[in-house]
Amino acid sequence: MEEEIRKDIAWAQINRDVLDSMMAPRKTYWVIIALCLSIVSVGVYAEIHQYNTGMGEAQLNRPQMWGLYIANFIFWVGVSHAGTLLSAALFLTNTEWRRPVYRSAEAMTSVALLTAAIFPVIHLGRVWDLYWVLPYPNERGLWPNFRSPLLWDMAAIFTYLTSSMLFLYYGMIPDLAISRDNARGWRRRLYGWMALGWAGTDRQWRNFRKGYLLLACFLLPLAVSVHSIVASDFAMSIMPGWHVTSLPPYFVAGALYSGCAAIITLYIILRHTFRYEEYLTLPILDKLCKLTFAIAMIWVYLNLIEFASVWYGHDMYEKEVLIEKAMGPYAPFWWAMIILGFGLPFILVIKKVRRNMIALIITSMLINIIMWLERWMIVSPTLARNHEPFSWGYHWPGWVELSITLASFAWFTMLFLIFVKIFPSISMYEVKEMLYHRRHVSDRLVRDLPETESVPVKE
Amino acid sequence: MPLERMFKNWVAFRKSGQVGDEYQTHKDYRWGMSIDLDKCIGCQTCVTACYAENNLAVVGKERFDRDLGMHWMRIERYFDTGADIAQGEKPEDSFPEKGIQFIPMMCQQCEHAPCEPVCPVAATYHTPDGLNAQVYNRCIGSRYCSNNCPYKVRYFNFYSYYSSWPSPLEQQLNPDISVRDKGVMEKCTFCVQRIRQAKNQAKNEHRKVRDGEIQTACQQACPTQAIVFGNLEDADSRVAKNWKKEQMAFGHTEAEGHEKETGRGYRTLEDLNTEPSVMYLKRVRDTDV
Repeated sequence: MEEEIRKDIAWAQINRDVLDSMMAPRKTYWVIIALCLSIVSVGVYAEIHQYNTGMGEAQLNRPQMWGLYIANFIFWVGVSHAGTLLSAALFLTNTEWRRPVYRSAEAMTSVALLTAAIFPVIHLGRVWDLYWVLPYPNERGLWPNFRSPLLWDMAAIFTYLTSSMLFLYYGMIPDLAISRDNARGWRRRLYGWMALGWAGTDRQWRNFRKGYLLLACFLLPLAVSVHSIVASDFAMSIMPGWHVTSLPPYFVAGALYSGCAAIITLYIILRHTFRYEEYLTLPILDKLCKLTFAIAMIWVYLNLIEFASVWYGHDMYEKEVLIEKAMGPYAPFWWAMIILGFGLPFILVIKKVRRNMIALIITSMLINIIMWLERWMIVSPTLARNHEPFSWGYHWPGWVELSITLASFAWFTMLFLIFVKIFPSISMYEVKEMLYHRRHVSDRLVRDLPETESVPVKE
Repeated sequence: MPLERMFKNWVAFRKSGQVGDEYQTHKDYRWGMSIDLDKCIGCQTCVTACYAENNLAVVGKERFDRDLGMHWMRIERYFDTGADIAQGEKPEDSFPEKGIQFIPMMCQQCEHAPCEPVCPVAATYHTPDGLNAQVYNRCIGSRYCSNNCPYKVRYFNFYSYYSSWPSPLEQQLNPDISVRDKGVMEKCTFCVQRIRQAKNQAKNEHRKVRDGEIQTACQQACPTQAIVFGNLEDADSRVAKNWKKEQMAFGHTEAEGHEKETGRGYRTLEDLNTEPSVMYLKRVRDTDV
């Protein structure tokens, strides 16, 4: 295939290219950071206003007790999924093309989780009592309610956040050592401290491999369980449209779908801004697109079985909610979600699209917008058509919710941009491994390398 | 061990509300209500009484329009079309419609309350006398309970409503019940302050609470005596007699056949197995008799 990483590229060249990306950024970088900061500050202002005035500023009302905050929460947990889950899954299946991508994907995971974690907090009526959900010992013998899915949620998110950050950091140690050896000033001190005395000895590599494998094995089921638990916030309730058995797999599929799309977006942006054309190659992008398509089809399938089970189940309430989604005031959003969410992945089948940066970035961003809508369409229509006809009502977000939503996107972008400037966004040692492997182990199979790769590299 | 108990009483465990003393100890009291919709004239006196008794905030016209009202009790109106839907008549075909149906809706104090297990901090829990209690001080405002309530009778303090009682109106607040601030969920308590007071008095006098000793504010104010409140464990209480007459009991859903030909009693959304403690008596129209 054309545009693979050059086989004869020098190790020093790889180091230089990646380390350069962490040095003085272009002006546009600062412009974007400034833009993000200003949007975030609008969001902070909105939150302060809401904190002082009351949750009513979020335009919630009696049937609609949850709104965009919860939708955003699911969305960001969803985005966080693709990074670690794919990285761990592709690592365990020895997929070669994962190597240049996974660092930024994992960074996206951690950053998205940091964004997601804000929302349950913002959404609380009494934020200042947040710590009550923690099972801390106290003189009154009060414990949180372990039956509540919200508590599971909190535990799951914290576990996922810590372990995916650990995974990200752990996989970065050899690269941090490279950075340490090439840096000066505060960077040298930071990397030196973070590299934990990595010297690249045989023993260190052996232990490193084992640890990495262990973490990957741990993370794979964890990541699946996290979004299932987020889904149980809904599935464990008795509300029509939420109380659905297929919700956990549906959430996981939706999460991977939006996460893959987010990876594609970030991939193209990184490739462009850091001139990573050499490493973030088109064949990898091509495979990412195929993966997105496959996951999208799972998501479509789960959607369809949900409709079918509602329709043939003849539960009055469930049916009412489905009809509400399709015909009520939320119908435009719902239909946009259905039509684009089902249809858009099909253009990824076309090879020309998979090679067209502009088409891809538009598609992947659209997919993410659609998946955001999907989350909103999970939360609101159910509450709009609850069991009690007298309490039917709608929720339309006001400026507070919208600006906090926007701010979350800005916050995500900002954190990600900061990450890629401080830490190597491409795994140097893994790219080298990949190339080494290609040169010396499977030289004859260069042309279709990913499918045949199976032997892990030893250095 | 809850697990042992579960296996031991598996059949009973599956059939809600019949697990016996071990599971739900209603030794002396289980508060219940019956509301006769035939008597209800929709005058909203109960709502007003509730506002006065329970320090409910008046949110103002604009916020009420946004569905932020704090009425623990509300009179729901349903328009009876008079069309016989079973016979294939469409609601819009029948004119004039039969008129409005009223149903006073407040917390049903479910024995199997969907709101209870979902609270992350256990701010809402079940008391031994069958009340679905809400601890305002413990509430952190995740609003999950209200989402999971099929009756939508949980009201959230979306704002601070101090301005509801401009001075000197704060003097008329009921001292027996707290004033809730923003960020807290609240709901009908069956006038728990009155229940506690009567129980304390009875305890001092070494007796049980007598029927009629406790009146909820809505019951007290109802001009047609549509609301009856009392102890369901006391077979002689008016509410227990009402329940018995209608063959209403916990652990039986409509499908299992308490709906007799003569009976008017039903509990709302019974098919969800929430086991409400409030029984309604169907309205009988003159035209139907």
